[in-house]
This record gives sequence, structure tokens and C-alpha cells, in this order.
Amino acid sequence: MDLFTLTALLGDGLAVGSIYALTALGLTLVYGLLRVLHVAHAGVYAVGAYAGWWAFQKTGSFGLALGTGAVAGALLGLFLEAWFYRPLLSRPPHVALIGSIGLFLAVGDLLRILFGPYQQSLPALAPAPVVGMLTAPQLVVVGATAVLLLGVYFVVEQTRLGLGWRAMAQDALTAAALGVDLPLMSRLAFLAASLLAGLAGVLVGAYYNQVYPTMGAVLAYKGLAIVVLGGLGNLWGTVAAALLLGLLESLAVAYLGHRFPPEGVAFVALILVLLFRPQGLFSRARR
Amino acid sequence: MYVVTILELLLIYALLTLSLNLVVGLAGQVNLGHAAFFGIGAYAGGTLLKAGAPFPVALAAGAAASTALGLVLGAVSLRLRGDYLAIATIGFNFAVVAALLYTPYFGGAYGLSGIPRGLAPSTYLLALLATFGLAVFIHERVQNSESGYAFVALRDSEVAAEALGLNVNRFKLVAFALSTALAGVAGVFYAAYIGTLRPEDFGFPLSVTLMAMLVVGGMGGLWGPILGAFLLGGFAQAFAFVHNYQAVLYGLLLALVMRYRPQGILGRVS
Repeated sequence: MDLFTLTALLGDGLAVGSIYALTALGLTLVYGLLRVLHVAHAGVYAVGAYAGWWAFQKTGSFGLALGTGAVAGALLGLFLEAWFYRPLLSRPPHVALIGSIGLFLAVGDLLRILFGPYQQSLPALAPAPVVGMLTAPQLVVVGATAVLLLGVYFVVEQTRLGLGWRAMAQDALTAAALGVDLPLMSRLAFLAASLLAGLAGVLVGAYYNQVYPTMGAVLAYKGLAIVVLGGLGNLWGTVAAALLLGLLESLAVAYLGHRFPPEGVAFVALILVLLFRPQGLFSRARR
Repeated sequence: MYVVTILELLLIYALLTLSLNLVVGLAGQVNLGHAAFFGIGAYAGGTLLKAGAPFPVALAAGAAASTALGLVLGAVSLRLRGDYLAIATIGFNFAVVAALLYTPYFGGAYGLSGIPRGLAPSTYLLALLATFGLAVFIHERVQNSESGYAFVALRDSEVAAEALGLNVNRFKLVAFALSTALAGVAGVFYAAYIGTLRPEDFGFPLSVTLMAMLVVGGMGGLWGPILGAFLLGGFAQAFAFVHNYQAVLYGLLLALVMRYRPQGILGRVS
């Protein structure tokens, strides 16, 4: 395999991994704070993609498409937090998990009913090679992700909000006693997570030039695998796991073809990690 | 006989929700991969029926194959709790579907077709009814036995159950074995009923549907799972036009029930 093909593969893997990172980051943030598995997050991502597609149809501006996707995602996320997740915090965790799967299915199917089962195209980025074999969509996706991740890093590590999140994730009761406004923290976490998911939806729609109702399905289940591999609630472990998975998938398809069932292998790996390294691949045991 | 055909399908669903209730409603172990066991039973039984084996042999093989796999998941459940177990069961479902898909012996994506009923129609119905009766009996025996109390203790507080000297691991394995054996039996009946099996028929969406039936009916008791299976299964059959909206309705129903009545229609508040 020559160098050009390799850079193309790495570019694709990095772009796919970036999308995984943007969505899985929200999942792991929400899990860290509320201990709920927010499967409907993938629905937020699909709604963001459709909102971006709609805005691009109307205006032809990719910037507006990104903005619309982010706003639509954020609104849906805030609604889900207030209506669904917060009232269920006192229930056993499987209640929110099962309901969340239901919400995810309902959102995907609603998109199908509203916009039809076929793919819609979102031709915002021309797939022309820019540097070597790296294409414009790859550079945009990777670049946007890098900027967003830096932003998240800054918020989490350098601001009072990030301090509040970290305190709540570590020990919610103590944090509350010390004056951290837990409902506000959870609301803002959903806001941030859903903004990122909406943006990721638009980015992935432009990257593949397609938006379709079940586009969240891959992420809904793969997202679970990624946050587990990264260590549930561990932000940077999740980013690393997402990039790693994107790169591995891209290389595996190139070198091994489709001889192996990718989901099967991913989920067997997931179960093994759960059994033997439940703290994730990158963190030391916490308890 | 259209009505009988529907009744048979609903009885199969009820077998599945009752078996799911043993693990989820009584023992409190979330299982979001129950369709995998149904599928293993169906494929094992279907393969044998196609080879001309008598129905009881297929039934036994389906139950055995499903139980063997169920014990694997049961062993996994010994190490994982709550969310982690739930994710593992989802992964399990995907892995089993992928394994069926990539096994040429089972026909891959085309699946297994031309499975004979193995029994005369009336005998089939009687056998299914008898099995359903047996499932109800087992369910009641478990619920009102020492194991049943142990299951409930396990569900309500695993730590307390262990502190009381219950062998938590043993009861978890028993719950998974019973539950998956019944699901395997339901699978063999389904294979004979439907004649054609494809891997994606036993994927995660079916597991969610079964969970929806269980939570809408109400888990824990005997009538909740049966009601859920008949209500949601019958609804889909009675209103064929609903088929186009089935996913959105199931999804919303699941979310609404969890939000406003997490114990289901007939469930008790614990």
C-alpha cells in the first residue's frame, strides 16, 4: 500500500473518529454527571443533521447550516433533559435507559415519516483533494473537531462551569453541599452535549453528502462501545477511544475487507473490556 | 384460520415476555438482548426440523442451545451490574446476529427457509398452549418459591441479599438459565410457525419490542407480561395500517410509560 492511499485512509479514519469523538463526548459527559445512558443522544445528532440540511436547502450557506443544526440539537437536548431525564433521576437507571432507547427509535422514525425514508444530499463541501490525498471535507471535519475539542477542554479545565461539572461527577452530594447548582450543571451539560451532537450531525451530513433517518443508529450503539472503551464518564479517554476506533475501522476495511462482521467484533471487544477493564482502556482503576 | 394464526403468534410473544420477566422483573437483571436467545432457539430448532427431526427433539435442542448461551450471559452478569450489564446485553445481541449472518451454514443474510411445521396444525396449537401453561406454571413456581423470594431480594438490593447469606451468583445463573431456556422453546415454535428465519429478525429492535411489551404490561407479576404481549402484539396485528408507524409508536409508548408510569399498567410500585 503506497503512501498516498495510506494518507487517504488516515484522513478518512481521522474524520470518522472526529465525528465519533464529538458525539461520544456528550454521552460521557452526561453519564459522568447523571449516571444515565443517553441513547437518544444519537437522535439529537440526526435531528441536528436534518436541521442543517434544511437550512442549507433554504440558504445555501454551510455556516448557517451548522448554526441551525447546533441550535436544533441544543433545543431538543434541553427539552429531553427537563422533560425526561431529570424527573427520572430518582428511579433505577434502567428506567431512563429503556425510555431513552424508545425516544431514540421514535425520533428516527419521526424523521422518516416527515422527510421520507430516502437519503437527502447535503452538498456543502466539494470532495476535492487539498493537501496530497486529504480532501476538503476531511480537513473541515477534523479542523472543526479540533477547535471544538479545544473549546470543551478550556471549559472543562479552566472555567467555574467545568469545575462544577467535575465536582458533580466526582461526588454530587458534596458538590451540592458546597453550593454547586446541580440542576443548572445538568442543564448546561445537556446544552453543551447537544450542541456538539447537532454540529456533528451537520458535519457528517456534509462529509458523506447524505442525511437519512436512521443515520443515528450506528452512533447510538457504537457510541455505547466508545464510551465504555474510553471509561464511562472519562472525557479524554472517550476522545482517544473515538479517534482510535475511527482509524482502526478505516484501516481494517482497507486491509481486511468485509470478511469480518465489524459490529460483531466491536461488540465482542466491548464485552471483553467490560469484563476485564471496566474502567476503560485509558484510565487506572478508580475504586 | 386467521384468528388462530394471530393467537399463536401472541402466545409466542407471551412466552417471550414471561421468560424475560424471570430475569428482568423478578431477578432485576436488565437484559436488552433477549431476542438473541429467541433467535438461537429458532435457528437450532429450525435446522433440525428442516433435517426431518421430530418436533420434541427440535424443541429440546432449541432449549439446550439457548440455555447454553444464556449461561454465558449469566456468567457475564456475575461480573457486571446495572448499566454495564445492560450495555453488555446489547452487545451480546449484536454479536449473535453477526455470528448468524456470517455463518454460511445458516444461510447468511438469506437465512433459513423451508422449515416444516413438524406437527399437524391442531397438534401444534395444543403443544403451544401446553407450553404456555407450563411457562405460567414455572413462572408462578419461581415467583412463590424460595428462589422467587431470592430473585426479588436480588432485584431490590443485591448487597442486602448477599449480606443475608443468599448465594447471589447461583440465583442469577438459575434466573438466566430458566429465562433463556423458555426463550429457546419460544424460538422453536416460532421457526415452525413462520417457516423462514433471517438473522435481522432477531436483532436489537426485537429485544426493544419485547422490553416494551414487558414494561407496558408491567413487570414483576404474572399478568403484566402476558397483557403487554397481547396488547402490543395484538395492536400491531389488528391495525395493519399502524405498521408504517410501528417504530415511532413503540418508541413513544416506551418513553411515555417510563416517564409517567415506570411500573407499567399492572405493575406494583415497589
